[in-house]
Amino acid sequence: MDDRSPEASSIECRNLWKIFGQRASEVLAAARGGKVSKDEALKEFGCVIGVADASFSVRKGEIFCIMGLSGSGKSTILRHVNRLIEPTAGSVHVDGQDVMSLSRKELRALRARKIGMVFQHMALWPHKTIAGNVAFGLEVQGAEKKECREAAEEALEKVGLRGWGHRYPDELSGGMQQRVGLARALAADPDILLMDEPFSALDPLIRRDLQDEFLALSRKAHKTTLFITHDLDEAMRVGHRIAVMKDGRIDQIGSPEAIVLRPETDYVARFVGSISTLKYLSASEIASAGNVDADAPGIGPDATLPVLIRQLANGADHLAVKDGDRLIGRIGQPEILAAVGRDLERR
Amino acid sequence: MDWPSVLDPFATINLPLADWANDWMRWLTSNYRSVFQAIKAIVKLALDLVEDGLRNTPQTLLLVFFTAFAWQIVNRATAILVFCAMATIGIIGAWDPAMTSLAVLVTAVSISTLVGLPLGILCSRVNWVWGIVRPALDFMQTIPSFTYLVPVILLFGIGNVPGVIVTAFFATPPLVRLTNLGLREVRADLVEAADAFGVSPMKRLWSIELPLARPVIMAGINQTVMLSLAMSVIASMISVAGLGRLVLVGISQLDLARASVGGLGIVLLAIVFDRVTQGFGFTRRDRGNLGLWEHGPIGWLRASFKPHGRFKS
Repeated sequence: MDDRSPEASSIECRNLWKIFGQRASEVLAAARGGKVSKDEALKEFGCVIGVADASFSVRKGEIFCIMGLSGSGKSTILRHVNRLIEPTAGSVHVDGQDVMSLSRKELRALRARKIGMVFQHMALWPHKTIAGNVAFGLEVQGAEKKECREAAEEALEKVGLRGWGHRYPDELSGGMQQRVGLARALAADPDILLMDEPFSALDPLIRRDLQDEFLALSRKAHKTTLFITHDLDEAMRVGHRIAVMKDGRIDQIGSPEAIVLRPETDYVARFVGSISTLKYLSASEIASAGNVDADAPGIGPDATLPVLIRQLANGADHLAVKDGDRLIGRIGQPEILAAVGRDLERR
Repeated sequence: MDWPSVLDPFATINLPLADWANDWMRWLTSNYRSVFQAIKAIVKLALDLVEDGLRNTPQTLLLVFFTAFAWQIVNRATAILVFCAMATIGIIGAWDPAMTSLAVLVTAVSISTLVGLPLGILCSRVNWVWGIVRPALDFMQTIPSFTYLVPVILLFGIGNVPGVIVTAFFATPPLVRLTNLGLREVRADLVEAADAFGVSPMKRLWSIELPLARPVIMAGINQTVMLSLAMSVIASMISVAGLGRLVLVGISQLDLARASVGGLGIVLLAIVFDRVTQGFGFTRRDRGNLGLWEHGPIGWLRASFKPHGRFKS
């Protein structure tokens, strides 16, 4: 029936605009011409620019992080994917389907079957049991009671909450509640997960645990995930690619390494300034052109700093960085120290 | 215009509001008589059903039924309270008028709920409906309760049936108001979460919004019940039988004995109604994760007839 290749993008947003306020169309016309900034839109038109000309695509099975401070429009973008918010302009495609063209019924089917969502403040329904919360997505689809119960148990087991089904949300700790939120999103086995700052309301230690569990689950289930966060460390940990947002615009999209090592705008540079680059440096970036002894041990250009240090600790004076047969340079103690020095100066 | 009439304008300028009201009422009674008769007939049917049921059942059976009902809906302590209250009503000799009052109350509250709940839901969904209903509710709640009696007499006559209608009319506004309020105050993120799972509007209302608004709506039902009781003495002025009439006769004949029997009866009924309607608001959770039929007398009966599995209390 459909012949989409596995690499095809799962979520695709093109030139998305969302402007809140009465005079949205005027602001849109002015902003498209580049004549109106966020502050001016508010002052002159009384409108808030939520999302400005955002374009990105999320590949199948990828975890795509959107990172930005509060008010940067990241949660607003997320809500366009399942059309909880209507865009002012632009298009959203999910699995090749234009979300804006769907009827109410088709939209409900898309939300129920294809997309699971996790919320910042859990948003568990307090009058339903944990199992009732988790099974709600299936209940909406008209599944049998037995099927609902089994799916709820299975989903709870996945997040390590077996046997908690008959409890109520307020009997659980914050971390457990968010596990339930995750189980609820997973229960109907959707292809896509939308996660709206899922871990930001939790304690740092619990947050880390949940990030790890989520990554483990994600590797197994291979779900396309759009992950919103304001926490750079979190974005670096979970994201395959990261989009950095500022004032409704996407400043840069790239891998975690690219964002840290090669920020494209001042804003991104300032944002990642506090992060140590040491973890992301590769041998090719540390190496310097200098004398390389013939008997120096060789190493690939992608080797990371810990690997290099371990190699040097074996007694070699320096290493020869080679891309295949081509010599890139040498790495000895001076190069390592220089790299560390540069990283320290940067902050 | 001469000076005296400038200083005293209302002697010459007046709006014939009284005449208009009269004309309007005459027009209503002559053109829509059949509508009012139909309403009256339906209410009479319902009232007769309830009243005959209460009157023709032996007192002991009723007492047992009330007690068991309270146990089933609420809990054992309330059942004991209900038993004592109803027994006291019987002992002071107010059983028959109390049953009449009960029938009027049950019918009036049922009508209020059937009208008020859907209207409140509609008001919470559609803003322009609320825009119209809200001033109407303000009006209904501010005019003195005696004022209701006149148009009701003109349209429906006197007796128990008009009594039910006037009581229901008087008691509905808080339910509409609180249903609307409760539904509008449901946490937006919980509704959004339901939407994110592709819920239909009806399912969302039924399984997310109404349960979350339930405490507020139940406060509305409780208000309705209490206002109905408060109306019982006033309604007796249009010849409604029951405990209210005892009080009215007591006032007019300065008969303290009758007034106190009627008054005590109303208070006891109010306590019973208040406690039992609070039980309507209980959920599975309040009953220790037991369904309505898994606890109380019915749960006990069910457990005794099953070969295994003890009744959990």
